[in-house]
Amino acid sequence: MLVDCVPAREALGLADRTVLHSGPPLAWERACPPVQTAILCAIRYEGWAADDAGAQRLVESGTVKLAPCHHAGAAGPMTGIVTASMPVFVVENRPRGNRAFATINEGLGKVLRFGANDESVVTRLRWLAREAGPLLGVALRVAGGLDLRALVAQALRMGDELHQRNVAASSLLARALMPHLARTAPDTGAVAQLAEFIGGNDQFFLNVAMAAAKAATDPCLDVAGATMVATMARNGTDFGIRVAGLGGRWFTAPVNTPQGLYFPPYSAADANPDVGDSAIVETVGLGGFAMAASPAVVGFVGAGGLRDAIRITEEMGEITLGEHPHFRIPTLDDRGTPVGIDVRKVVETGITPLINTGIAGRKPGTGQIGAGVVRAPLACFEQALEALARARGLA
Amino acid sequence: MADFRDLFTRLGGEIRVINLGLESFAETLEAMGVPVLHVQWSPPAGGDPERARLLSLLDDEDGS
Repeated sequence: MLVDCVPAREALGLADRTVLHSGPPLAWERACPPVQTAILCAIRYEGWAADDAGAQRLVESGTVKLAPCHHAGAAGPMTGIVTASMPVFVVENRPRGNRAFATINEGLGKVLRFGANDESVVTRLRWLAREAGPLLGVALRVAGGLDLRALVAQALRMGDELHQRNVAASSLLARALMPHLARTAPDTGAVAQLAEFIGGNDQFFLNVAMAAAKAATDPCLDVAGATMVATMARNGTDFGIRVAGLGGRWFTAPVNTPQGLYFPPYSAADANPDVGDSAIVETVGLGGFAMAASPAVVGFVGAGGLRDAIRITEEMGEITLGEHPHFRIPTLDDRGTPVGIDVRKVVETGITPLINTGIAGRKPGTGQIGAGVVRAPLACFEQALEALARARGLA
Repeated sequence: MADFRDLFTRLGGEIRVINLGLESFAETLEAMGVPVLHVQWSPPAGGDPERARLLSLLDDEDGS
C-alpha cells in the first residue's frame, strides 16, 4: 500500500549530513563522476556547503557521510541520492509489517538522479520538498492509502513493464490521487502545477514501484538457507546482490555498461556504467522479466520486437523459482511474470538477469542520454553460491 | 556437410537433426535447408567442476 509522502528525515530517521546513494556500499574515491556530481549537488541543495569544492571537502573529511539507500530502508533510482529534507513515498507491506521508501521521481532530462547538477535541478528539488511532497502526503493520508499490487497488475495489462515504461501506472496513480489532491490542496494553482508535473513525467510511478518491490523483498532477507535473490542494485562502479538466506551481505562484481539507444547527439561512447537501485523491480518479476508485457518498451530500449520480448521473458523463466500469481502477461496467455531469481539456476545455466535501464551520461552534469538493457554480472551469483554452500557446511 | 547429407539420402532416409549446444551448427544446417531443432544446452556452471559439485550438493539437500 502507498500510504504517505513525508521528508526522509521523518520517514527514515535520516540524519543531517548524510547522503544516501544507490547500490552496494561505495567509498567516495571509487564513485563514478555522475554519482560524485549528484552527491555534491545534494549537499549544496541542503545548504551544507555553498559550492561543489566545499561540498567535496565535507565528504573527504568524513563530515558528510555516505551510505547505501538499501541500508536505510530506501531504494533510489540511478544515482539514488536521498538527503534528510527530500520527501519520500512510504510503501507499507501490511502482511509483514514493514515499510520501504523512495523519493519523488524528478522527471526526465537534467535531473539529480542522472547526475545533473545545475540550478534548475536544485530549484526542482526545492519545489518537490516544499510543495509537491506535502501535497502528495496529505492526499495519500486522506485517501487511506492506495493498493499498489492491483495498480501494478493493471498497468502490466496496459503495456507497462514498470521499469522503462511506467506511462500506464503513472496515469492510474494520477487518476486515483487527483480527487484527493483537489480536495486537500490549499489552492487550485498548486494542484494545477502538481498535476502538470505528474502528467508530464511518464516515469513518475517508477520510484513508487521500486519502494513497493523493496517492501516486498526485504522480509525475504530473514529466510534462512533460501537461495532466492532479495536485492539487485548498482552504484555505477559495482553491481551487488543480496540473497534471502544470507541476510544483508552483499556479493559484488564490476558493473556492466548498458547496451541501448541514445538520444541525439549521444552514443555508446558517452554512456556511464550501469547505476541505480531500480533493478529491485526485476527482483520481483517486473522490468526486463516482464518484457513480454510491453511491446512498446522492447523497441525503446533497443532490444528488438515482440518476439524478442517474449524470448527475454521466457529466458528469465529459466532462472526463476515460479510465476507471479498477480502480475500476469496478456501476450503469454495470462501467465505470471517469472519471479524469484534462484542463485543456483543462474550459476547452473550461466543465464544472468536482464535489466531494463536508463543510461546516464558519463560526463558530469549531462543527465540522461538514452535507455537500454544490461546484464547482471555472473560473478555476484558465483560468490553467493559458494557462500550458501559454506553456510550449510557443504564447502 | 554436403557429403553427410548424401550419406543419409543413400540410406534412404531424410536427414532431420536435433542439435544440442552450439547454435552455430544448427544455423549452418538451417542455411542448407535441413530441418533442425536446436536445444539450448551448456554444461552446468559453464563446466566449472567445483561449482557443479556445489550445485549438486545444494540440490541434494533441497530435494530438487
